[in-house]
Amino acid sequence: MRPRKGLADYFETALPKIVLGPTLLCALIFVYGFILWTAWLSFTESRLLPRYEFAGLVQYFALFANERWWTALRNLGIFGSLFIALCLVTGLLLAILLDQRIRAEGFLRAIYLYPMALSFIVTGTAWRWILNPGLGFEHLVRQLGFEHFTFDWIVTPGMSIYAVVIAGAWQSTGFVMALFLAGLRGIDDSIIKAAQVDGAGQVRIYRSIIIPSLRPVFFSALIILGHIAIKSFDLVMALTGGGPGFSSDLPATFMYTFAFNRNQIGLGAASAMMMLVTIVAVIVPMMYSETRRQRHG
Amino acid sequence: MAEPYRTQTVGPQLIGRVAIYTLLILFALYYLMPLFVMVTTSLKTLDDIRAGNLVALPREISFDAWMKAWGGACTGVFCGGLKGNFMNSVNFVVPAVIISTLVGAFNGYVLTMWRFKGSDVLFTLLLIGCFIPFQVVLLPMAQTLGWLGIANSIPGLIFVHVVYGLAFTTLFFRNFYVTVPAELTKAARIDGAGFFTIFWRIILPLSPPIIVVCVIWQFTQIWNDFLFGVVFSSGQRQPITVALNNLVNTSTGVKEYNVDMAAAIIAALPTLFVYVVAGKYFLRGLTAGAVKG
Repeated sequence: MRPRKGLADYFETALPKIVLGPTLLCALIFVYGFILWTAWLSFTESRLLPRYEFAGLVQYFALFANERWWTALRNLGIFGSLFIALCLVTGLLLAILLDQRIRAEGFLRAIYLYPMALSFIVTGTAWRWILNPGLGFEHLVRQLGFEHFTFDWIVTPGMSIYAVVIAGAWQSTGFVMALFLAGLRGIDDSIIKAAQVDGAGQVRIYRSIIIPSLRPVFFSALIILGHIAIKSFDLVMALTGGGPGFSSDLPATFMYTFAFNRNQIGLGAASAMMMLVTIVAVIVPMMYSETRRQRHG
Repeated sequence: MAEPYRTQTVGPQLIGRVAIYTLLILFALYYLMPLFVMVTTSLKTLDDIRAGNLVALPREISFDAWMKAWGGACTGVFCGGLKGNFMNSVNFVVPAVIISTLVGAFNGYVLTMWRFKGSDVLFTLLLIGCFIPFQVVLLPMAQTLGWLGIANSIPGLIFVHVVYGLAFTTLFFRNFYVTVPAELTKAARIDGAGFFTIFWRIILPLSPPIIVVCVIWQFTQIWNDFLFGVVFSSGQRQPITVALNNLVNTSTGVKEYNVDMAAAIIAALPTLFVYVVAGKYFLRGLTAGAVKG
């Protein structure tokens, strides 16, 4: 098509690469390069200032000898599983209810979803006030006549992580609902009609046809929620500050505290690497199995 | 799917309908409750808060807490409220959103209309940036911002948010442009139209829906960010989310819940406003960002 290649033509062919270049360079340096950099820091004895002499696995040994890190991991297990389960169950329930030809569906949906527009800091601030035992929910129920009612999770070591679950689920359920609702709307009507003709009841239709066909939505919701859980930082900072003590610490708050408040750069880097490893270990197999499943039908 | 299955008699069906609506309304009340509590608490006086309870309406409406949250609340030794931090947020969110959206649009355009050998691999490499926990880049970035001379500054925050927002914005535009028929640009190319001409004349006029989705997504993400704000800025330069958290965690003096709540609403207003005005696009961004390619 083009008889001669002048300088302008070369420029024209190179242009797409030139346009994409800065972004790729950014990704290469600020994502991949920085991961390697953090990995290197995690193999050093850096404290207040970064040092680059290789020191082996000392930081990882220190990390897994640290009681606080174990608390953070245990909390991640509790928070992650409950948060994901609550969001999935409530989200699916809301989506199914909303899918019953509801008047004002759009309005209700908007109410369930608005917490997603808020910062976790705002959510945390609001729930911190609601859950505080002095003047919050506990006080309200006591005023109603139940004088020995106690609900002080937020200030009780060992229970404060459950307070984080409440606030986290409140914020993210609407989003899961929206995903499920979109999934429900995408199901082929004819299968359901056929089942109805065969005399299957509604519960049966949901259990054997509709919910199984939402499998891909379950997967994406699971990946997103797992991702939110592992990265959770702001919510804990605003709701409990990791406290009482460090009883509601998560890996992300642990990393922040040690890397930036306690001048333990090496240990912070090691915990950050463990977070990355966790995300890779959770998400990659899930995505792999799901894409494989889709390919083989 | 939205059809009711008319297999039951009227009586049980009516009960079913009532049950469904009751559940939906109860859930709606639950989701609205924190917002209600925030608004009413922010309009109460401290005496009113102590005398009443969580869901009681204010006995008299007072805007003192709002005034204080905006212009007089203390965190540490500084008593200027959140207005400076609110403006900080505006000052870095707006440029960061514009730049990341613009670059994302061009990237998406290249990745769909001007593919070259290896461009799909590069896209995948870029996409992984959506998944990493940012903790893994914080320490090197803190040092790099120092070297660049933009530590603890508005340009520094713009830089960080643009760099880590590009993966998302590129994804948005790429997934949108994939649906544009290739013939459209092929014909233009045969007519001799170049890279930028095609972009301005053909692609950009098709783009308003995805631009809105992308801008809303980026705005919400960056405005609500706490991690970068708390790590890369301090004192008067902090964004609103960080200032709110400091205010709430200030332990000196009497705990002023009304001021805390007013401050929280101030921090939430811009994104709530966007949600109310453009909820449809907000949802589209969530699901597009969620499904990730």
